[in-house]
Amino acid sequence: MRALTFQGKQDVRVDTVPDPQIVNPRDAIIEVTATAICGSDLHLYDGVIPGVMSGDILGHEFMGRVVETGADSTLQKDQRVVVPFTISCGKCFHCVKSQYSACDNSNPAEKQDLTEPLYGHALSGLFGYSHLTGGYPGGQAQYVRVPFSDIGPVVIPDGPEDEEVLFLSDILPTGWMAAENCDIEPGDTVAVWGCGPVGLFAIQSALLMGAHQVIAIDHYPNRLALARRLGAKVIDYRGTRVLEALKEMTGGIGPDAVIDAVGTESHGLAPDNVLDSMKQKIGFGADRGHVLREAIMACRKGGRVSVPGVYGGFVDKFPLGAFMEKGLQMRTGQTHVQKYAPDLLRRIQEGEIDTTFLISHRLPLEDAPRGYANFHANQDEWTKVVLKP
Amino acid sequence: MTHRGYRYRPTGPGVRNRGFHLPQVPDGAARAAALTVGAGVLLVGAATLLRATTQDHGVRDSAPGRTSRQSFHGAYAVTGRSVTVNRPRAEIFAFWRDFANLARFMENVERVETRGEQSVWTISAPAGATVTVRTRVVSERPDEEIAWQSTEDSDIDTRGKVLFRDAPGGRGTIVEAIVAYRPPGGQVGRLTAKLFQKEPAIQSRRDLKRLKMFLETGEVATSQNRKAA
Repeated sequence: MRALTFQGKQDVRVDTVPDPQIVNPRDAIIEVTATAICGSDLHLYDGVIPGVMSGDILGHEFMGRVVETGADSTLQKDQRVVVPFTISCGKCFHCVKSQYSACDNSNPAEKQDLTEPLYGHALSGLFGYSHLTGGYPGGQAQYVRVPFSDIGPVVIPDGPEDEEVLFLSDILPTGWMAAENCDIEPGDTVAVWGCGPVGLFAIQSALLMGAHQVIAIDHYPNRLALARRLGAKVIDYRGTRVLEALKEMTGGIGPDAVIDAVGTESHGLAPDNVLDSMKQKIGFGADRGHVLREAIMACRKGGRVSVPGVYGGFVDKFPLGAFMEKGLQMRTGQTHVQKYAPDLLRRIQEGEIDTTFLISHRLPLEDAPRGYANFHANQDEWTKVVLKP
Repeated sequence: MTHRGYRYRPTGPGVRNRGFHLPQVPDGAARAAALTVGAGVLLVGAATLLRATTQDHGVRDSAPGRTSRQSFHGAYAVTGRSVTVNRPRAEIFAFWRDFANLARFMENVERVETRGEQSVWTISAPAGATVTVRTRVVSERPDEEIAWQSTEDSDIDTRGKVLFRDAPGGRGTIVEAIVAYRPPGGQVGRLTAKLFQKEPAIQSRRDLKRLKMFLETGEVATSQNRKAA
């Protein structure tokens, strides 16, 4: 089959690799009909997430048609399914509590050695996202082996187009969970850093959950325009003092909840970010925490900090004093996709959520390297790339 | 439920231990190391298997002995791990007690065969070699504990036990496996060292995770995209 493989920093290629097979009883094989490049794939592309090896197949947002099922799969051939990027067994303590992204059993035991010393606990398995999360071949390919196929994949009935439901795999539930982690109350202001796909879905979700206003912070004009179209007020941080503006836009209070939808590769020339960029270039381990620092400084006393943005290592100059003295709460984590996907599918079918507005480019899988390069270099115009194998 | 492990405190050179005897070891360096350490694992008798003594003036804490900052020295290496499995205790005990099942989740164990009172373990070693370990059960409490030790003709001198107890809050069963072994000399010893000494804790950790995967999900997770040839 053809698949997009990681070769090195900012070097990805479409190669011919062996087709996957059913290996375990609960497996299914999916023929991919649509897949996407995620903003978090750019962290892999930039080499800031450790544990990515040459030849690894990337991609964790994908959907397709079932072509083969293992003995214990509940899927049927020809069913159309969206596959969550989180691999979850459905049986362990965490899965039973709907903490699917904390599954104990989806990361192969020999791969868990990598994250147990780094994070204190082993991570669960994810598709196409480094060997820290299992080294599972990803979805930017013609075929994917899907473990625990009786728990993960969401069967899509006839009706919606692939593009309308594809983002159930990651970014839509991720934006939704980011907003849910804000515990939004009537009258609340939610500030969202980053108007990439997750930030945009977080804006849409926060408004649906009843936020009084959502303020979006970015510097790309096109992305700020998308946020405004969803109903957000926007701040361009290149021209505006963000902390002062957020206070003035909330009657001197500050946002009740803040969302860091940027993560470890924040942009901008703030002194802390320039220093962090230098550290990140030197090697593994240093996260760029500018957005998280600013979000904590902005958040009102007793407010909530929601972090869907991806971090991999350590961040310094963390304003722990502000965090503690203001009595903030922080919630974060990889998304519990299986918990949210059925409800979000219903909302898509009922027209409550628009999912296609952020797609800027559609490319064949063979052109995926061009998609990566442009999504990386021209983030203003390239908001979301959908690939068709 | 209180923990059954006992905290090990080293007593230093020249401090006599109560009721404790180090096994005779042929190797001079090993003997010196063994004598330097004034305490260790008590390896006689099933009931007292793997218990360690405490320092005269030390305060015993609640942690298992294997988590002591002072690791065990001397002839025997000891490793142990716990895992919580979301299945009933009786089911897990029965699965383990059928020793042939151990090869289904232990990475280096090719097979375990029962011959009379003995279990014969075929363990894969580097470079395609295998090591044979012969053990017999020395004590057993249904649904609670199985303890074993190697027989005279075993390639490796080892003993261990596995404990099963209910996890709190309906979380299933806590499985705690503790293994002690004494690497012998010669070729087998070198293989054994490679097998176990590099990082014995890693293997037991991986194996217990595979046990959990197998019993909770019915399969052992792998990111291999194709069946092994």
